[in-house]
Amino acid sequence: MSVNMDNMVKVFERPRSLTDAQFSYCPGCHHGLVTRIIAHTIDELGIQDRAVIVASVGCSVTMYEWFRCDGIQAAHGRACAVATGIKRVNSNLIVFTYQGDGDLAAIGTAESIHAANRGENITVIFINNQIYGMTGGQMAPTTLLGQRATSCPDGRNAQLAGYPIRFAEVIAQLDAPVYVTRQALYDQKRIMAASRAIKKAFQCQIDGKGYSLVEILTNCPTNWRMSPVESNSYVMNQVVGTFPLGDLVDRG
Amino acid sequence: MPKGTVVIDRERCKGCGLCLALCPEDVLAYSADYNQSGYNVVYMERPERCIGCAFCAQTCPDIAIEVYREKKSQQRE
Repeated sequence: MSVNMDNMVKVFERPRSLTDAQFSYCPGCHHGLVTRIIAHTIDELGIQDRAVIVASVGCSVTMYEWFRCDGIQAAHGRACAVATGIKRVNSNLIVFTYQGDGDLAAIGTAESIHAANRGENITVIFINNQIYGMTGGQMAPTTLLGQRATSCPDGRNAQLAGYPIRFAEVIAQLDAPVYVTRQALYDQKRIMAASRAIKKAFQCQIDGKGYSLVEILTNCPTNWRMSPVESNSYVMNQVVGTFPLGDLVDRG
Repeated sequence: MPKGTVVIDRERCKGCGLCLALCPEDVLAYSADYNQSGYNVVYMERPERCIGCAFCAQTCPDIAIEVYREKKSQQRE
């Protein structure tokens, strides 16, 4: 079948706020998906000139190379503190951090909680894949009970390593945050919901309302030792049981 | 049903297969080809079934897929 392209309209294209550089993520990694959703949101809101990325340490460390926006790479865990500084110096900028579970929920716990508690007018994108992806798949604070990692080959044991931390719930019990939500990306409906959540979080900041956090349950097919399609099922059937989806705070 | 088509950037595709799993019309499949990075790339095996829903593109982590849909005025003819 030949398709006459004259009759066709483009309904999905690469976001304008991304460069042509290829992502360095593994095949099937949801990181690329979140990056694309953020870029489309920046395009839709027309904030490319004002957006500032605060990248963290992890697989997304070179994120500033993919966006046609200003960006900075914060010291490990300190993205929320760096974002606070940028936003307070120039409140016209739209500042967001992009942090994994190791960065936000382990080494950066103090900065992450206090930025939220002060109600800084920033947007935090929290990528929760329950593992330390870049360093070789060690256990993260968010690793599920029984989930295997290279530093807990028999699965996470609560007596030895405690329980997975529900960071969105920790942030949600503070008074200052305006919008706290948890999303996933395992099917099309969830991808659309996550896109809406990210857009809403950015809108909260544009409107000057205050701190917003979007936690996104993602996969790590390489370190979970699964195919990308299997990892989607794992998120849907296992991870969501420990990390329930939905809005936790919505004062927007 | 609106007709659609997709354009897959062979060199961006990493052959993860997420698009195959989400395509509601079973349009896509692995080709016999490998790109320069050594990934088995996806192609349109049954292009006549594509409805241009863009589910494949929305789930593609490497933005390797562009989606086109027939103009609305064309559908009525």
